[in-house]
Amino acid sequence: MSRPVAQLQDIRRVYRMGSNEVVALDDFSFSFGRGEYWAIMGSSGSGKSTLLNILGCIDRATSGSYKVDGEETSELDDDDLSELRSRRIGFIFQSYNLIQQLNVLENIQVPLFYQDDPPPDGHERALALAERVGLGGRLDHRPRELSGGQQQRVAIARALINDPALILADEATGNLDSKTAEEILALFDELHGEGKSILLVTHEPDVGERAENVLRLRDGRIDSVDEGQRAGA
Amino acid sequence: MNEGIFVRTVRLGIRSLLLHKLRSALTTLGVLFGVSSVVAMLAIGEGASAEAQEQIRRLGSQNVILRSVKPPEDAVSNQDTRVISYGLTRDDLRRVRESVPGVRRVVPLRELPEEVRNGDRAVRPRVLATTPDYLDSTGRVMDEGRWISEVDEQRTTNVCVLGYEVARRLFPFSSPLGERVKIGADYFNVVGTLLPRVRLGDDPADAGVDSTGEVFISLTTGQKWFGEMLVKQRAGSREMEEVQLHEMIVEVERDVDVPFVAAACRTMLAREHDELDYEVVVPLELLMRAEETKRIFNIVLGSIAGISLLVGGIGIMNVMLATVTERTREIGIRRALGAKRRHIVIQFLVECVVLSVGGGLLGIALGIAIPLGVERWADMRTVVTPEAPLLAFAISAGIGVIFGLYPAWRAAHMDPVEALRHE
Ligand SMILES: Nc1ncnc2c1ncn2[C@@H]1O[C@H](COP(=O)(O)OP(=O)(O)OP(=O)(O)O)[C@@H](O)[C@H]1O
Ligand SMILES: [Mg+2]
Repeated sequence: MSRPVAQLQDIRRVYRMGSNEVVALDDFSFSFGRGEYWAIMGSSGSGKSTLLNILGCIDRATSGSYKVDGEETSELDDDDLSELRSRRIGFIFQSYNLIQQLNVLENIQVPLFYQDDPPPDGHERALALAERVGLGGRLDHRPRELSGGQQQRVAIARALINDPALILADEATGNLDSKTAEEILALFDELHGEGKSILLVTHEPDVGERAENVLRLRDGRIDSVDEGQRAGA
Repeated sequence: MNEGIFVRTVRLGIRSLLLHKLRSALTTLGVLFGVSSVVAMLAIGEGASAEAQEQIRRLGSQNVILRSVKPPEDAVSNQDTRVISYGLTRDDLRRVRESVPGVRRVVPLRELPEEVRNGDRAVRPRVLATTPDYLDSTGRVMDEGRWISEVDEQRTTNVCVLGYEVARRLFPFSSPLGERVKIGADYFNVVGTLLPRVRLGDDPADAGVDSTGEVFISLTTGQKWFGEMLVKQRAGSREMEEVQLHEMIVEVERDVDVPFVAAACRTMLAREHDELDYEVVVPLELLMRAEETKRIFNIVLGSIAGISLLVGGIGIMNVMLATVTERTREIGIRRALGAKRRHIVIQFLVECVVLSVGGGLLGIALGIAIPLGVERWADMRTVVTPEAPLLAFAISAGIGVIFGLYPAWRAAHMDPVEALRHE
């Protein structure tokens, strides 16, 4: 395995609700290699989203160690975590989550906006990415003027603008019809081909099959790991 | 680049506000009325006090003015023809001149109820008999010719000086200098005319409203021709009044002595007069009282304006709290994409400040327009000082920041995961 892009060690995530405790991740240890394409699967409530949120640094583990790109995160404060998100993480959500007041071009650039030291060529990069996801002709459209598939393409372009170490997608095709979903998955294949590290949470087996590797969760623990499905096929 | 971020943040704020145009407009109204009431009230207050101060200054802050006052009616019997004798006397004049320390000079005035004519043209001005000191003491300025001289006074010559208004009415087409006018039954040579009193900020159209004009003759001449008796025609009856002097302008040597001179005059008059047939007017006291009134006025107006600004601020806070809740998901998205807490704080603060400053600017415009309207329709003087709009602007921006802080803080401290789940 190449040098890991995301390394989890004894991660626990416990939700406290009054006297009740829900253990969403239980002594979870795993490493995702650079340039790998993983599907994360498992039944509802098995802890997939919890895992992805911790990987994306929008949630913190109750205990344990998590390294992104070699950098330990458990000691970072809120500002540092935010900066890390804006530089190394590309998030793609089930419900697209574009900002309604902004047009396509602006939405793509949002992560750069929050970097401490944004690159000077953000505008050009955004143009190129919009072109790449096939929205070069709709730069000044607002999200509500786009179809679901188009919105998700904008979200993908946005996830790529900061050239992230890790692309995280939670049910990215969950709201799309199969044809549109197929287009989005093709885009992921392409990104994988370029050497991007992708972690994709999904319920659908055929989506899972597109990925190179599959990690199955059950009750906050690893159920099974299938490596190199495709490599073997 | 930094400036670019600022501009972008403001533009984004405006865009977000435009998503809810009506709501934003209504919120702005709160600040608008608050700020406009501050500006307008300050302008009206300033105007009232400037007007009062000017009137007082016209009397001369170095002067103490003694006036004859007719005692109450029922003090005298009710007859068809009667003689009422009251007021300041020449003895009073002498006593002030001789025994009150710190007095530079005293100018006596008698007012004669006479008509002034030039051929067919007639006016009823205040015919004032006075001494040559009058001009210096009141700071009035000659237009043409000369003022009444010592010689006129000694020889009781029939010369007069016309006020601006009287000169204009009696001699509309030529200079009155060297002409003769008839005062009562006697002819007087016009030796000079006066400029009108300076009335700042008034338009010339109403210059004649309060004064029927003035004509001056020397005190001695007045006494020679018109005596002590004043005959007044009143509905159905003739009234005779005996008043030696109507007014004395006591000019004090040094400002600081004004209160002492005033006190000395009061004591002297109280001793010499059985009745309260005089009054002592101290412009300096009036000035101080006017300042005090202005201060109270400002406190009252300030509180009212402050309350309306507070209401405006609470309106902003209320709307912002609703906006933050409504945009929870947007906040979650921004945080997930790398926004730091301060970015969120700034974003919402900017929106608040845009609302409040927008309201503030409109409020300043309205606040300047209201005094203009008041001046025009209510005939009150107003003064918009340059500080008032600046103050109002600063206050409105401050309100945006203060009342925006809490909502912005709430937005920034939401848990990103929770916020993203929000529908
Ligand atoms: N905010 C929360 N408070 C309390 N419990 C939570 C919270 N978020 C998740 N959980 C619990 O943690 C466990 C894992 O939830 P998680 O959302 O990670 O599941 P998931 O695998 O993503 O499920 P799904 O496929 O339905 O999205 C569940 O038992 C869930 O009830
Ligand atoms: Mg989930």
